[in-house]
Amino acid sequence: MAARSSDPTAPNFRETIIRVRDLEVGFGPKTVMKGLDLDVYRGEILGFVGPSGSGKSVLTRTILGLVPKQAGTIEVFGENLDDLPPEEHRRLERRWGVLFQHGALFSALTVKQNVQVPMREYLDLSDRLLDELAMLKIEMVGLKPDAADKMPSDLSGGMIKRAALARALALDPEIVFLDEPTSGLDPIGAGDFDELIATLQKTLGLTVFMVTHDLDSLHSVCDRVAALGDGKVIAAGPIETMLASDHPWLRSYFHGKRARAVMG
Amino acid sequence: MADSDPEPTCELDDGGGTLRVRLNGRWTASHAGAVERQMGDLVRDAEAGRVILDLSRVSRLDTLGAWVLDRTRHELGEKGLSADFTGARDEHRILLDEVAYRGFQTSPPARRGTIVDFFAEIGQTVVNVGRDFAQGTSFFGEVVTALARVLLNPSRFRAAAVTHQLEQIAYRGTPIIALISFLVGAIVAQQGIFQLQKFGAIAFVVDLIGILVLRELGVLLTSIMVAGRSGSAFTAEIGSMKMREEIDALRVMGLDPVEVLIVPRIVALLIGLPLLTFISNVSALLGGAVVTLTYGGISLDIFLVRLQQAIALSTFMIGMIKAPFMALIIGLIASLEGMAVQGSAESLGRQVTSSVVKSIFMVIVVDGVFAMFFAAIRY
Repeated sequence: MAARSSDPTAPNFRETIIRVRDLEVGFGPKTVMKGLDLDVYRGEILGFVGPSGSGKSVLTRTILGLVPKQAGTIEVFGENLDDLPPEEHRRLERRWGVLFQHGALFSALTVKQNVQVPMREYLDLSDRLLDELAMLKIEMVGLKPDAADKMPSDLSGGMIKRAALARALALDPEIVFLDEPTSGLDPIGAGDFDELIATLQKTLGLTVFMVTHDLDSLHSVCDRVAALGDGKVIAAGPIETMLASDHPWLRSYFHGKRARAVMG
Repeated sequence: MADSDPEPTCELDDGGGTLRVRLNGRWTASHAGAVERQMGDLVRDAEAGRVILDLSRVSRLDTLGAWVLDRTRHELGEKGLSADFTGARDEHRILLDEVAYRGFQTSPPARRGTIVDFFAEIGQTVVNVGRDFAQGTSFFGEVVTALARVLLNPSRFRAAAVTHQLEQIAYRGTPIIALISFLVGAIVAQQGIFQLQKFGAIAFVVDLIGILVLRELGVLLTSIMVAGRSGSAFTAEIGSMKMREEIDALRVMGLDPVEVLIVPRIVALLIGLPLLTFISNVSALLGGAVVTLTYGGISLDIFLVRLQQAIALSTFMIGMIKAPFMALIIGLIASLEGMAVQGSAESLGRQVTSSVVKSIFMVIVVDGVFAMFFAAIRY
């Protein structure tokens, strides 16, 4: 991890993989965010924090195209999502993977079949390779081989997250979106999951966009942290920048009782 | 990146007992077919004692590419050849280490379709039916005790809940049940007229409608509709409460879920279903009267006079007596299925389906039993 944090303050020369400019999103008369700018650089793990209800998930869903935006531009891999014809958009969607907060595993399919869904849909693989690759992904996220034939309803919370991560990684994406990956896990499980994400990020060269509330995750795996408040990104930078910020919410978040306990 | 999308290729260079394989292009999942074919050919054709896989010109490698390459190395090893990678970039090296080929033991596919399985399934079904029956009986006991507790201590009677359920079951169910009964009454009358015409006995269509509707059709139609409308709603409501641990929350507060959730619903059904049956009877007779007027030319006055001669109070009572029993069956099955919901949403869907199917089946079976009983006592 030392290699990654050696140069955290100068991301300028790195490739911007997601560029959000002047984004406005609202539901009916209620505006959730306005004038929001955000950059995500290739190869980093970005932790995204903010008070409950500030629209962290909404931003993620807007980038993914699940929530319509009122104004602004979103560029992913240097392409403006609005300008892409549907065919191109689908090609682009193959290059990102999403871990939803509650896993969103297809309940009628086994874990292995879940992982194979995107593979079957997009790749032309032999049966043998399809099986082997699914098992490989399942092992890569730290599940035992016998979990492969279980149904999602037979899995524990941590296993569901891992299985969902295996499905998100099925097509070797370049970006993974993680929505509260450690929520609902015990501290040891959460720590393991953080480690897993860091390892996969290194081996697969992933860019990770992680919405989280977990101070441990922010400290241990995130290269940069962005904080959302009042519909804007109020601060972005390595964790030191966050700690130095005098924004009231950031102060209470990073200097509260729980934060002090984490930082020791 | 997309503009340069070279297919994966490999050049073979055989020299001095060493086969040098130079890999070019993208060894990724989007070229899975080519990747697997070329490596398959290599494994089949390689004869030299030593194989060197040169990765220095691979432009992109992903987990699939790395997996197939490492598998190839492994398979060459099994053929007695020694195989090695060379020229791999750091990130490719990490990936190759990460995937590290190993055989996965695939679970044997489930055996299906044998005659033994067929009989085993029948046996299982019979056992399940027996278990359902035992559970139903025990649950009936629980409901009766809860009802008795409420009767002994009327302050525990939840009048508001019963009123609310009564509104859902009876008041909101009235339009659809009235409409369906009207239509069925009309259809039966029409067919009756057509058939009885052949014997010149059109007038008897009034007897047909009167007896059939009051004894059987009214209560059957109502019960089937209530099982579909309210039984499914009970199962879904109780089931989703079970799913989200709300039932457990009630228990730890010292409340009896049977008393709080199920007794009001069953009481409301016991009141509501007979009321709906009465509405259904009247409505079906009305439908019959309209059709006998238009198709058979029997005026309403004559219809009523004949109806009076054709039916007795007992005809009406036979139908009405059955209504509370049907209510009890629907309520018990719906609640029991709701309580059987497990943690997942698909289990909720399964239980709702099974609740409706079992209720309708049991309603018809019990109706048949009643028919035999009334015939036996000549009522």
